Amino acid sequence: MTMFKNGGGRSAIVWCIFVLPLPAFLILAYFLPMMGILSWSFTDPVPGLQNYARIAEDQTIHLLFWRTLRICLTTAVISVLVAYLLAYHWILGPPARQRLIEMAILIPFWISVLVRAFGWLILLRPKGLINENLIALGIITEPLAMVRNEIGVVIGMVHFMVPMAVFPIAAVMRQIDPRVIQAARGLGAGSVRRFIEVFLPLSMPGVIGALFIVAVFSLGFFITPAILGGGRVVMVAENIFVRMLQTANWGLGSALAAVLLVLVVGLIWILSRIVRLDRLL
Amino acid sequence: MHNDQPGRISTAFVYVAILFLASPLLAVIPISFTSKRFLSMPDGDWSLRHYQELLSNQQWHDGILTSVTIAALAAILATVFATLFCIGIWYVKSRFTHAFVGIVLAPLAVPPIISALALYFFVTRTNTFDTLLGVVISHAVMSVPYAVVTLLVTLSQVDRRIELAARNLGASVWQTTFWVVLPNIRFGVLTAAFLSFVMSWEEIAVTLFVTSVKIVTLPRMIWAGLRDNVDPVIAAISVALILLTVLGMVLKLIAELRAGPRTQG
Repeated sequence: MTMFKNGGGRSAIVWCIFVLPLPAFLILAYFLPMMGILSWSFTDPVPGLQNYARIAEDQTIHLLFWRTLRICLTTAVISVLVAYLLAYHWILGPPARQRLIEMAILIPFWISVLVRAFGWLILLRPKGLINENLIALGIITEPLAMVRNEIGVVIGMVHFMVPMAVFPIAAVMRQIDPRVIQAARGLGAGSVRRFIEVFLPLSMPGVIGALFIVAVFSLGFFITPAILGGGRVVMVAENIFVRMLQTANWGLGSALAAVLLVLVVGLIWILSRIVRLDRLL
Repeated sequence: MHNDQPGRISTAFVYVAILFLASPLLAVIPISFTSKRFLSMPDGDWSLRHYQELLSNQQWHDGILTSVTIAALAAILATVFATLFCIGIWYVKSRFTHAFVGIVLAPLAVPPIISALALYFFVTRTNTFDTLLGVVISHAVMSVPYAVVTLLVTLSQVDRRIELAARNLGASVWQTTFWVVLPNIRFGVLTAAFLSFVMSWEEIAVTLFVTSVKIVTLPRMIWAGLRDNVDPVIAAISVALILLTVLGMVLKLIAELRAGPRTQG
């Protein structure tokens, strides 16, 4: 009983009044209800595994998952490339540029996802700023289709994810010992070689962490896809949203949620095997 | 120089990346000044009618008031829970600590759609669907992990010996907490409360599931506006929210400069 080793009264107060209320609150308001929702996948409309059987067989659901994975993977790769560039300059650039990058990351980070998706809608729609200007300049005659398709969804999601990907990459880059780079220089490595053979491998834990973080977040995301996809680029999360709130197909919706949860938990488990999670903070 | 400076080509690309991050925020500014009833560029015909609409329309006032009320209550709830929890595990140091922290941080990694479903289940079972209480509890659940992370980081920088010293001088748990620990982490507590407030103020995914017609938050109004025929008043409210954020950043910068290096973390 290590829980109560140092004196009865004090420990009891600390446990009952300090430590336990929050986990208890979350179990009651969050974890038990989550079990409740997931149990619907086995009971609605009739008890059994028919919802999972349908997920295993239905071609449109397979397409839905493939589309989701394709969009999440594309988003993750592009976001991490952009974030790496930003993090590199944030850590190593001149002070003025460091402050500019900090602002460019933090201001979008604090602004509502709705406002950001709306901004992209204004830029990308057929009568939007980009198309109107390109037509006015005579570069194109017909507006480019950039919303209500995967391009718009990926652009909006990358914009949402880049700030989140910068933080873990920058955290790892900060921990790289500058003397290692200096040593490489002393041994005659040129700047390209110093980057590719020394800096890049040392920053890889951040890159891998950021890839997984972006993938996990984008898997369950439905606000940006709903606004920029316009109902045509439906991903798993938005599909669950529609099934639950509009068509009241509770059983299948919660079975899809269960599959999504398993995917996310699996990704986090794989990540925890590859890198130490506390290095990313 | 102790380290490699970024090259010119990558510098050019980084400015493209900065432009990419800024462009959707800049794009809403001209649209908000259009004189027309639909999304369009002002084309020389600048107008403040959508800002007037924002200031005069009772619905927007109600939405803002609802959001502020919910965010304040959710922030208080989340901060109290998170502060007690973090101070508690800082006191006890048990082998269960990791498991408890894991449970408390789990909502961070769970997809928002699944959190939304869980909270929908909770509010329907407790008869708090579409009520202030239901939204406050739901938002507190979503923001509490952020408050916990903030406070754990703050507490990790506090010297543990102050608790031992207080205890040796005969202070009770309460005296230690209120007179010794809390004063040392007050910036962390304020940051946690602020973070929780912002999380709730912006929350939309869960709100869509736990409210219907009675509780209409500002994000819910924006969401509805974006789904139907988009009204330029959405651009005006977006500009207001962006200005608020920039103002907050500037104030934070000023506060940091004035406080000096003493209050890091």
